[in-house]
Amino acid sequence: MIFPGFNNASQRKAYVNAQIVAPAQGLNGQGGILIEDGWILAVGPDVTKESQSIGTTIFDCAGMTLIPGLIDMRVFTGEPGTEYRETLATASVAAAAGGVTTMIVMPNTQPVIDDAAIVDFILRRARDTAIVRVAPMAAITRGLSGELMSEIGSLKEAGAVAVTDGTHAVANANLFRRALTYAKDFNMLVVQHVEEPSLSKGVMNASESASRLGLAGNPAMSEVIMLERDIRLVEMTGARYHASQISCAGSLDVIRAAKAKGLPVTCGVSIHHLTLNENDIGAYRTFFKLSPPLRSEADRHALVEGVRDGTIDVIVSSHDPQSADTKRLPFAEAAFGAIGLETLLSAALGLFHNEDMPLGRLVEAMASNPAKILGLETGRLAPGAPADFALVDTNLNWTVKESQLRSRSKNSPLEDCALEGRVVETVIAGRTVYAYAS
Amino acid sequence: MIIASQRPKLLASQHLLAVDDISPAEIAALLDLAQTYVVEDSAPSKRNSMLEGQTQVNLFFETSTRTQSSFEIAGKRLGADVMNMAVSTSAMSKGETVLDTAMTINAMRPNFLVVRHQSSGAVELLAQKVSCAVINAGDGQHEHPTQALLDALTIRRRKGAIEGLTIAICGDVMHSRVARSNIHLLNKLGARVRVVAPSTLLPTGIANFGVEVFRTMQEGLADADVVMMLRLQLERMSGSFVPSQREYYRFFGLDDEKLRRAKADALVMHPGPMNRGVEIDSNVADGAQSVIREQVEMGVAVRMAVLDALSRNWQGGVPL
Repeated sequence: MIFPGFNNASQRKAYVNAQIVAPAQGLNGQGGILIEDGWILAVGPDVTKESQSIGTTIFDCAGMTLIPGLIDMRVFTGEPGTEYRETLATASVAAAAGGVTTMIVMPNTQPVIDDAAIVDFILRRARDTAIVRVAPMAAITRGLSGELMSEIGSLKEAGAVAVTDGTHAVANANLFRRALTYAKDFNMLVVQHVEEPSLSKGVMNASESASRLGLAGNPAMSEVIMLERDIRLVEMTGARYHASQISCAGSLDVIRAAKAKGLPVTCGVSIHHLTLNENDIGAYRTFFKLSPPLRSEADRHALVEGVRDGTIDVIVSSHDPQSADTKRLPFAEAAFGAIGLETLLSAALGLFHNEDMPLGRLVEAMASNPAKILGLETGRLAPGAPADFALVDTNLNWTVKESQLRSRSKNSPLEDCALEGRVVETVIAGRTVYAYAS
Repeated sequence: MIIASQRPKLLASQHLLAVDDISPAEIAALLDLAQTYVVEDSAPSKRNSMLEGQTQVNLFFETSTRTQSSFEIAGKRLGADVMNMAVSTSAMSKGETVLDTAMTINAMRPNFLVVRHQSSGAVELLAQKVSCAVINAGDGQHEHPTQALLDALTIRRRKGAIEGLTIAICGDVMHSRVARSNIHLLNKLGARVRVVAPSTLLPTGIANFGVEVFRTMQEGLADADVVMMLRLQLERMSGSFVPSQREYYRFFGLDDEKLRRAKADALVMHPGPMNRGVEIDSNVADGAQSVIREQVEMGVAVRMAVLDALSRNWQGGVPL
């Protein structure tokens, strides 16, 4: 899809002498990128300082890694309805600082994004206020009620890139079957929050830790059961299906089996589930209260392996801003969710530094795969593609400080954590939207 | 009046939030101190001026009769000014949060805040934000430390020592903070702890709590020194964990026949309030082996000991 009204920079610029990592385009080595009018003209080892014509502004990126701008497939904002949590504008500033050039926003707003007019509102507000590209997913069911299908065709026409009920699972199997069947006619992607609601009334992973804390738990099986059911419905309908976030080893088996059968199934995982586990909840720390819940260390390991071997297609921030009012409460009463746009890439680089996976794999999971799944023209470094990219210093050490986080809400589980590597410049349509000032 | 610092310090922490946080030595010291209050409490005049001029606020977000009165009597016997706040009927219904309520009370400068709340971890959350000593009087399904201490005192007085005893905790372990605190405490004191319940009322991973798990009363009570019954917490059951009260009583209600499996001199305990005819038969509850009313008596002494011990960590409103 084209992002409407994004102003392209006209100047011809070359970023040279960088380490370019874009495996989907076969790039992994020294090189440069030449851009003009917001588009990529050339990219690769041949784009050097010496090869540029007069009039091209040259940026020497020695020591920097250049990657496609990230596409974050799961971002919640409070716009419209709860702007005190986050607006499209504030989220976009956080995104830019994290190298995220495209945010896919969730329909869990007030009103819900379940109508073409609201899709249009989001796109226009984003055009007028946001500094990164924004595209919405719209609701599968009207008002996220899980009862009546929304106008999937009109929503797609208005610019929704997929349908999902966001934080809610569509529990009714017959309704979900019809939604898949109908969505297929429009080649619309259906994104599910995989959780069987009747098994998910708890507030953390069902485990010994939950028992010790006296908190009600959600068993991992709740996710596996919903995923199994959904895969059967995909088999029946042939619709394109994406499990928004999986959180446990059992789900990986289901996804592997579905992919082996050749079904049009993809899945994501949040950066939190790749880097944290249930023990991080400690003494009732509500910033670690997530849905799906953080699971065991064994599950985390399995998820990392799932990303490494390609079973998991996408890594998301699952950025969910919550105010102090909804977080400074006893654990069971606190809201679910954590922010993560600004720290997504830095936290993911931890997996690279630990040698859990190559950097290229992370780029695929956060840029090229989301683009492929959603049919976006961004997320790749190729001539003719939009000039969206990030320059990264993979070794820059920094500490996450609440006061410095750009999101309007500060519920970061990484508060005061030292991270290695961060974005130093983010470029969208040839225009620098973020530059790191140390 | 005895100055706080002249009495030896018993507890490392400023608060009493969980049995899990206190050491076996601290537990033993608290029980020894409580024993002295049992003696004092049986004297005709029970008034002591140790906490004179100090303020104790009982902040109960969840209704309670016995625990709240027990803390009130304990505070008053030590000379403290005690105020009861039933929050469920006041500020919270006006939309105030736990922390706001706690900080409001804290601004009135109490010395002790005795807190019960329906959410696990709520008392700990509140303790981080106030400057007085906080005593957990029960938080959700997490802990109820003074109940475990009073149970231990009751057992110790009857059996001499806790180490080596076989203690069966029976019933709704999943929803019980009393069970969790008792499991931690009795383990710390060297007892062999069993839990006996239908699998639907056992929390995930219970076997790793240092207990032996039994699914029938016949096996679980065999040769037990103490049978500790739990209330079937009907109000907490969000789903249907057992088919009916009748069926529960049939298999898990403590009656004379099931009790015969335990040692002849086994103690029968219950934290109250009892559901007669559900988890315990009246014959047993009122029988010769029952120490249920003694538990209530020990409750006052234990809470006096806790107030006393915590007051030693303070002088002039600041932690020592």
